Amino acid sequence: MLVAFSALASLLLIAVFILKEGVPFFFKYGLGHFLFGLTWDPQAGQFGIYPMIVASLWVTLGAMAIGAPLGIAGAIFLNEFVPRSVLRVVKPTIELLAGIPSVVYGFLGVMVLAPFIRAHLGGPGLSILAASVILGIMVLPTVISISTDAIGAVPNSYREGALALGATRWQSVTLVTVKAARSGIIASIILAMGRALGETMAVIMVVGNAVKVPHSALDSARTLTANIALEMGYATGLHREALFATGVVLFVVIMLLNAMATSAIKAGGRRA
Amino acid sequence: MTTQTLDAIISIRNLDLHYGQFQALKSVPLDVRTRKITALIGPSGCGKSTLLRCLNRMNDLIPGCRVAGKVLFEGRDIYASGEDVCLLRKRVGMVFQRPNPFPLSIRENVVFGLRVAGVRERARLDTIVERSLTAAWLWDQLKDRLDEPALGLPLDQQQRLCVARLLAVEPEVILMDEPCSALDPIATARIEELMIELKKRYTIAIVTHNMQQAARISDFSGYMLLGEMVEFGPTAGVFTSPKDKRTQDYVSGRYG
Repeated sequence: MLVAFSALASLLLIAVFILKEGVPFFFKYGLGHFLFGLTWDPQAGQFGIYPMIVASLWVTLGAMAIGAPLGIAGAIFLNEFVPRSVLRVVKPTIELLAGIPSVVYGFLGVMVLAPFIRAHLGGPGLSILAASVILGIMVLPTVISISTDAIGAVPNSYREGALALGATRWQSVTLVTVKAARSGIIASIILAMGRALGETMAVIMVVGNAVKVPHSALDSARTLTANIALEMGYATGLHREALFATGVVLFVVIMLLNAMATSAIKAGGRRA
Repeated sequence: MTTQTLDAIISIRNLDLHYGQFQALKSVPLDVRTRKITALIGPSGCGKSTLLRCLNRMNDLIPGCRVAGKVLFEGRDIYASGEDVCLLRKRVGMVFQRPNPFPLSIRENVVFGLRVAGVRERARLDTIVERSLTAAWLWDQLKDRLDEPALGLPLDQQQRLCVARLLAVEPEVILMDEPCSALDPIATARIEELMIELKKRYTIAIVTHNMQQAARISDFSGYMLLGEMVEFGPTAGVFTSPKDKRTQDYVSGRYG
């Protein structure tokens, strides 16, 4: 119980700390200027994070565009088209992916992916596309693990019912199983979004970190998390507060995503 | 019993079925007659559900299940290679022990079999929804609630919805695997009445634990024990003057 409460307490402490350090900045600088300002130039006292918000959104959506279809397809395949014994081996292996340090993913991105993009698609290589691909792979364990559990929890009677009506295996999966597991699958995607949005190290290494509004997936950009990590080491005064305020923005968005995931899971629980 | 009966839509001779090492059916014969109700009775584990699930090849889903012997449906061996299992299951539909409507709306449940068969026209689907629900005695209660989730219905309506879902694809044979075991006596009576009504147009094979039910509704009965068909014949004969001592013990309640 002590452990459980200490976890809760640390969450609370983090929340209070970030809010205490970050929120006053909103009032000093103005929330509108902060969120929609186009220039981030701490020396000149300009703290607009709009380019980074856009970059974070792009990178996150890109990661989902890659990770979600792959992950859901993988979960369907593992549940419906391979023997249980294979699932029991493959699923923990996929979950191991989550244990690889993010810096290693970043390393892979810098050494392999970025040069590949530079050579074949153009641009600097270190780009939103590179970050999306790397994050798309990084969120796979989250998507596959939770989706697999959700699909595995669909009662076999649904599958039997569909097949007994003359549905093919594929029809029974797409028309019944995936619909029955919908809330779990949505939850897995939302949690994966939170993870992609919050990922820092791998993104810093491959996204290029230029502070400007990106215009294509091949542009270099800087995400909210990257901004905090890159500048926190030397920031002081108002600059430091601006970084904390960036943290508040991230914190709020990720909390919202988690709340959405929780309510999606609950909604599914009620229906079943 | 071993001769091919002309009015049998399904005819089985010497069917063996193994689950891995375990032999669940031992040289079983069965004739399911057109527009009659055929009941399979026997204690738990005797193989009656397994036999029923051979008739639409639902046992194919069970890993390690092997079938040997012939199951003739309208004279064709459904286990022959190249037989279309999806088509077979449209013609030989199944109602399960626990009502298993899909987590979709009532309407989508009814039209599911048509959707997978590629029927799209809204008007035709609507006609079939009304016709199927009417045949399952649900139309009057549900006609204004077609878009509500099917899982919100009481169990006996769910089970009749599963029947309606089958009727929508116009099967020739309806297999029922203990369709009333999750229902209370009043709901059971409604399903039984429905079966007798459906008999006018469909062939029904039912597995039941409930001997009174078999006696009430079926025309032919088969008593199974330990994977064997001990006795098969007109229900009246099986229940009132069984030829086999084991059948006599079971129907008189002396078994177990």
